[in-house]
Amino acid sequence: MSLSAIWGLAQTALELGLTCSLTVLALFLSYSMLNVCDLSTDGCFTLGATVGAVVAIAGHPYLSIPAAMGAGVLSGLVTAVLQTRMGIDSLLAGIIVNTGLYSVNIAVMGGSSLLNMNRTDTVFTALKALLADTPLAGLQDLIIPLAAVALVIAFLALFLRTRLGLAIRATGNNPDMVRSSSINPVFTTTVGLCVANAFTGLSGCLLAQGQKSVDINIGSGMVTIALASLLIGQTFLGKGSVAKRAAGVVAGSIIFRLVYTIALRLKMPAFMLKLVSSVIVIIAIAGPYFKTQLPMLRRRLAGSGKEDG
Amino acid sequence: MLTLKNVSKTFNPGTVNEKTALDRLDLHLDKGDFVTIIGANGAGKSTLFNAIAGSFFPDTGSITLDGRNVTFQPEYKRARTIGRLFQDPMRGSAPGMTIEENLALAAGGGGWLSHISKAEKTAFRDRLALLDMGLEDRMRQPVGLLSGGQRQALTLLMATMVPPKLLLLDEHTAALDPGTAEKVLSLTQSIVREGRLTCLMITHNMSSALALGNRTLMMDSGHILLDLKGDARTGLTVDDLLRMFKENVGKALDNDRMLLS
Repeated sequence: MSLSAIWGLAQTALELGLTCSLTVLALFLSYSMLNVCDLSTDGCFTLGATVGAVVAIAGHPYLSIPAAMGAGVLSGLVTAVLQTRMGIDSLLAGIIVNTGLYSVNIAVMGGSSLLNMNRTDTVFTALKALLADTPLAGLQDLIIPLAAVALVIAFLALFLRTRLGLAIRATGNNPDMVRSSSINPVFTTTVGLCVANAFTGLSGCLLAQGQKSVDINIGSGMVTIALASLLIGQTFLGKGSVAKRAAGVVAGSIIFRLVYTIALRLKMPAFMLKLVSSVIVIIAIAGPYFKTQLPMLRRRLAGSGKEDG
Repeated sequence: MLTLKNVSKTFNPGTVNEKTALDRLDLHLDKGDFVTIIGANGAGKSTLFNAIAGSFFPDTGSITLDGRNVTFQPEYKRARTIGRLFQDPMRGSAPGMTIEENLALAAGGGGWLSHISKAEKTAFRDRLALLDMGLEDRMRQPVGLLSGGQRQALTLLMATMVPPKLLLLDEHTAALDPGTAEKVLSLTQSIVREGRLTCLMITHNMSSALALGNRTLMMDSGHILLDLKGDARTGLTVDDLLRMFKENVGKALDNDRMLLS
C-alpha cells in the first residue's frame, strides 16, 4: 500500500472524525456536563443534515449553516420542554423527539428520503474555489470541519466558564445542591440542550454537504458512535480544564474513526460500524463498574466470607 | 421578618401512609433572631424548613418573608433570600467543580455571560482565609477532594456569601467529627453575628440548643410545643428541657441521639 493511499485513508478518517466530533462535543455538553443522555441526537443530526441540504439546494450555501444550527436549537428546545415542563422522563423525551423527527425530516426533504447535492453550491464548493490555486488546494473537506471544531471548542471553553455555564455544570454535577439554590434547573437544562443540539445540527449539516448527499438514515446510530468517541476521549483526557477535556473528546472521535478505518482495511465489513460502537460504549461504561465489583468477586471466588458467617 | 400562619402539610393523604408533618403551625421570627429547634425524629423540623424554603407548597396557610408573601414562590426564587445547609456535607457544593467556581455560583452577581473577575477571586481568597483551613491556596482544586468538614465549611461560606435574609441550618454539624463540628459551629456563630443574620437552626444537641441563639423551639407532631425565649430561657438546663417535654407530650423524648449527646 502506497504512502499516498495511507494518507488518503487517514485523511478520510480525519475528516469524518472531525465532522462527527461536533456531535461528540454536543454530548460532551449534554451528557458529561448536564448529565442528560439526549437520545434525540440521531434525529437531530439528520434534521441538521436535511435542513442544511434543503437551504443549500435553494441557493443559500452560507445560510445553510445557521439554518441547520437553528433547527437543532428548536429540536433541543422541544426535548427540554418535554422533560422539564411536562413531567416526561428525560430518556423517553429524547426517544419521542427522535421518533417524531423522522417524519419531520422526510417532510423537510419534501416527502423524499434522499436528496442529492452533486451540483449544489455548498460551503465546501465555495472554499474549494477559494483554495484552487493555493498550497491548500483540495483540503476543503478537512479545513471546514477543523475550523468548526476549533470554533466550538473555543466557544465551550468560554461559555462553560461563564456564570450560566457554571450553573449548567452544577445542574449536572449536583442536582441536590441546585434544587436548593437560586439556580433554576429548568432554565439551565433548556439552555444546555439547545446549545448542544445546535452543534449536533451543525455536525449533520457538514457531513451531508461534505458527502454531497443526505438520506433519512444519515444519523442513525449517531448517539452511540458519539458516545463511544466521548468515552474513548475521556479515558485519555478526562481531567483538567474544560478546553482540554473538549479537545480530548475530539481526539476520541478521530481515534474511533482511525481504528474503524484500519479495521475496514483488515476486511471488517462496513456494516459492523454500529456493532463496534455499541461494544465500545458497553466496555467503556461497564469496565469501571466491574472494576468496583472486582474485590468482592475475588473474595467470593477465594471462598472467604463463608467463615465470617 | 418571617411569619408562618396556619401552615399544614400532609404527605400521602388518603392512604395508609398518611402523615401530617405540619399541623396548623404558626411561627413568627423577628429580624436578627437566632432560633434553635429541637424535637424527636418525625416531629416536623425538616418539613418546617422545606416549607419555608419552598421545597413543597403547604396545603393550608401562608408564609411571609421580609414583608413579601412567598407561599407559592418557587424554591429557586426564594433561594435568593434564603441560605440553607443540610446535614449531608456533600449536598451543598458541586464536587466536579473547583472551589473558585462553586463560590462564583454562590456569589451570583454579574450577568449570565460574565466570567469570574480578578476582584472576585481576591474576595473569595479573603473569605476562604477566614475558615483557617488552607482552602485559599486550593481554589482551583475540585471540591470533591475536600473532607466532609471542609466541604460543610465551604457550604456555609457559600450560603452566606450574599448575606441571606434567613439562614436555615438543618443539623449541619451532625455528620462531622466532634472537633470539626465545633469549628463549623463557631464559624456559624461568628458569621451569623457579623452579618446580623436571622437564623433557624435544627440541632439534636440540647445543650447547644440552649447555649446558642436567643430563642429555642421544641417541636412535636407538627406543632411547636415550647417556645422559650427571654427570661424563661436563661438558666434552663438540659434536664429542665427533658422534663418540660415529658410534661407536654406525656411521653419521654425518644431521640437517642439527642439524649446521648
